[in-house]
Amino acid sequence: MSQPIPLSVNGKAVTVEADPDTLLVTFLREHLRLTGTHVGCDTASCGACTVLIGGRAAKSCNVLLGQVSGEAITTIEGITPADGSLHPMQAAFKACHGLQCGFCTPGMIMSAIDLLTHHAHATREEVRAGLEGNLCRCTGYHNIVSAVMRAAQAMQAAGGGS
Amino acid sequence: MSAQAPYIGRSVERKEDYRFITGSGTYTDDIVLPHQAYACFLRSPHAHAAIRAIDTAAASAAPGVLAVYTARDLAGIGGLPCGWLIHSIDGSPMKEPKHPVLAEGKVRHVGDPLALVVAESAREAKAAAALIEVDYDVLPPVVDTASAASSAVAVHAEAPDNVCFTWGIGDGAAVDAAFSGAAHVTRFSFANNRLIPNAIEPRAANAQYSPASDSYTLYVTSQNPHVARLLMAAFVLGIPEHKLRVVAPDVGGGFGSKIYVYPEETALVWASRRVGRPIKWTAERSESFLSDAHGRDHVTTAELALDADGKFLALRVDTTANMGAYLSTFAPCIPTILHATLLAGQYATPHIHCKVRAVFTNTAPVDAYRGAGRPEATYLLERIVELAARELGLDPVELRRRNFIRAFPYATPVGLTYDTGDYEATLERALELADVRGFAARRRASEQRGLRRGIGYACYIEACGIAPSNIAGRLGARAGLFEAAELRVHPTGKVTVFTGSHSHGQGHETTFAQVVADRLGIALEDVEIEHGDTGKVLFGMGTYGSRSLAVGGSAIVKAADKIVAKGRKIAAHLLEAGEEDVQFSQGAFRVAGTDRVKTFAEVALAAYVPHHYPLETLEPGLNENAFYDPANFTFPAGTYVCEVEVDPQTGRTRIERFTACDDFGNVVNPMIVEGQVHGGLAQGIGQALLESCHYNEDGQLLTGSFVDYAMPRADDLPDFIVETVRGTPCTHNPLGAKGCGEAGAIGSPPAVINAIVDALAPLGVRDVQMPATPYRLWQTLQAARR
Ligand code: FES
Ligand code: FES
Repeated sequence: MSQPIPLSVNGKAVTVEADPDTLLVTFLREHLRLTGTHVGCDTASCGACTVLIGGRAAKSCNVLLGQVSGEAITTIEGITPADGSLHPMQAAFKACHGLQCGFCTPGMIMSAIDLLTHHAHATREEVRAGLEGNLCRCTGYHNIVSAVMRAAQAMQAAGGGS
Repeated sequence: MSAQAPYIGRSVERKEDYRFITGSGTYTDDIVLPHQAYACFLRSPHAHAAIRAIDTAAASAAPGVLAVYTARDLAGIGGLPCGWLIHSIDGSPMKEPKHPVLAEGKVRHVGDPLALVVAESAREAKAAAALIEVDYDVLPPVVDTASAASSAVAVHAEAPDNVCFTWGIGDGAAVDAAFSGAAHVTRFSFANNRLIPNAIEPRAANAQYSPASDSYTLYVTSQNPHVARLLMAAFVLGIPEHKLRVVAPDVGGGFGSKIYVYPEETALVWASRRVGRPIKWTAERSESFLSDAHGRDHVTTAELALDADGKFLALRVDTTANMGAYLSTFAPCIPTILHATLLAGQYATPHIHCKVRAVFTNTAPVDAYRGAGRPEATYLLERIVELAARELGLDPVELRRRNFIRAFPYATPVGLTYDTGDYEATLERALELADVRGFAARRRASEQRGLRRGIGYACYIEACGIAPSNIAGRLGARAGLFEAAELRVHPTGKVTVFTGSHSHGQGHETTFAQVVADRLGIALEDVEIEHGDTGKVLFGMGTYGSRSLAVGGSAIVKAADKIVAKGRKIAAHLLEAGEEDVQFSQGAFRVAGTDRVKTFAEVALAAYVPHHYPLETLEPGLNENAFYDPANFTFPAGTYVCEVEVDPQTGRTRIERFTACDDFGNVVNPMIVEGQVHGGLAQGIGQALLESCHYNEDGQLLTGSFVDYAMPRADDLPDFIVETVRGTPCTHNPLGAKGCGEAGAIGSPPAVINAIVDALAPLGVRDVQMPATPYRLWQTLQAARR
């Protein structure tokens, strides 16, 4: 049932021979070995698997490979600038202690990037609402919200958008 | 070497963060070994059933299947051991029925594993597991905690009344006498709701056998890999301990649930040799819900006797604690040693008695979950104090003040001796931070909007830094509870620290590095922390009970001091001075009163290039290890203040302010400590408002997914006001540290419920059970109106 599926992952165009019924998260983790995208549940409830599909955050445990044919996928491994520095969201999570065990973190960062892309001036309250699809059991969210607020400033200073 | 400001006390960014924010961490499920095979466990759909027959023929013949195993194949393998032995009041040992790796003869809870399928892929393993036919004789289950002991059904033949033990602590006669002379008695009955820990990383394991060395390697989501190795090797599988390496790589949160030795990883190690391939298993979240050890689940009655001035005279507690279907690794010590010994709290109650009945039920095993016994004790105490204040018409803060312990050390009537504390200080500061003075105006403002506002307090204490091994041994521990560390100084003066305290979010790689960098006067970048691999780390009892800095950190300090002591000998030789004249500070060995100096790095190099070296009296090299066994528990304490707004029409609660003021003794990294408090608060508020594990009367888990079990999400929680006072340092460990990992989860549930009851008291509400969901509050309000 394998068939060629064209897509781009982290800026690289690939055509994969795969079963279109493969879950996107399985494809990323097992076929491409991009293990930064995590699986935390089986009910599309936790957001640990969040990636960007065409710039919008999506739960990759709930998407089939066949559905993203031709799309541009960005995972946590794909947001670091080529010069080895950190994306402002990554830097803000580190500066604000927005992570503890790190398991929810990649998904949280991808959701937060999407949030700021579309709501650059979000309030703390709005950030909370915007991240309610991502579970974190460690941080109590306080520092995650602070990190997103800090990243918003940094991203605006850098010229807005993501 | 320039003098540097100390790292201790500074919120330095975490060394471990880079790999997590870039997605380059290595969690167990990220590991794929050559020729990897995959496992699926067939789990019982019934809470209680006899297994008449298991037919694995179809599964064995299914595509990709390498092997199918049941209990019959595991004959000769021991049961999973329990790490604590509790004795009943009558002197008899607790009932300790076998916890088989795969169910033998009977299944005892939904999710109980009874067969292991190994296949080329996880998908094929799962498909094959569905082909196993089990002939069950379904039995009525025991589900309810309160009535388990009077059930006609027995979970285990060894415990016909389902009672594992009936244990007691304290002087019952003195308590009775105090009650008979009391001016007032407050009574309180409640259930401490059962919780599911739900670390976001599900449990996983990957086991490999190497015929070349006749040894095993197990990668597993563990908080304490050495303990897992010891128990698995010595008590279950009979593998020589030195032939089993256990690695806990990056672990995505634990909160207690990853302390225990579980059936799955044990079965995998056993099967890896038979199959001849590495075998990986990763729990689906639904499996985690069914099979991770749960927490809390007490049903309790408490009575507090007071004199006419509101002084506490005595406390009497009777609790029933659910152990679930099997005794998990620490289970019996949670409602006893970690719960009943905390019942003095911050108060000088002269007489306390607590009786604890532990029962078996047809539910998942129950064990330590963040706080472990201490939240149950704190909830009881801080609710009953609040109730007493209300009954006596006293200000709840004033009633607490009247009863605070003020002289230390203080020996409680329930076995602990608090070394130090200042409860007034955290209370005062919390009241200030929470702007309690402004509360009345805020309440009026809420009322004008038709809402009810309330304020609630909790003054908690916890016993951390588990534990003095000799005391723990007398209390029933079957293991030591020290911690181990090794400091390996490299020839260039860089240092690798090996610690038995595994980090799964706590930030040890930073905090411990701060400690070592200061102790040796070197740069933070020059210290690397290694943990989680029995092949590298000499030994370790692991991470739980807020013990890592107090116990693990102390072991590191001890090893560092040995390094300095040896370094001084080397430096004395190099500087041609007497050892007693050489002083060490800021990373340099100096001859007192002179400008003769050798840096730490120079001394390290001399140790590895011992050309000019006292070889006749001193070994080359610079490498020391230490075991640290604490002299006492540590006693963090604090005051939490919660302010809520409740909509009486809908029963919906909003936390308007949450203030936590803690005394953790000395703090190494304030940012990390605050983060630990935040996380604890989220779990405690989750218990108070959202989370509850429910089995129906058939023993089916009704809250078996994130859709049914309400985890706190970002928009359920407020911003937190958290402050650590310049506290009372622990008097008996070299860092003066007490531990901060569980405080938030311990102090917050009663603060939240006290606030809700305060909000609704004018409407006739005396108590609200957890979790205070809108539906439950609405029901409570309807009942109060009638
Ligand atoms: S893995 Fe939980 S939402 Fe995708
Ligand atoms: S940092 Fe552990 S789950 Fe979020």
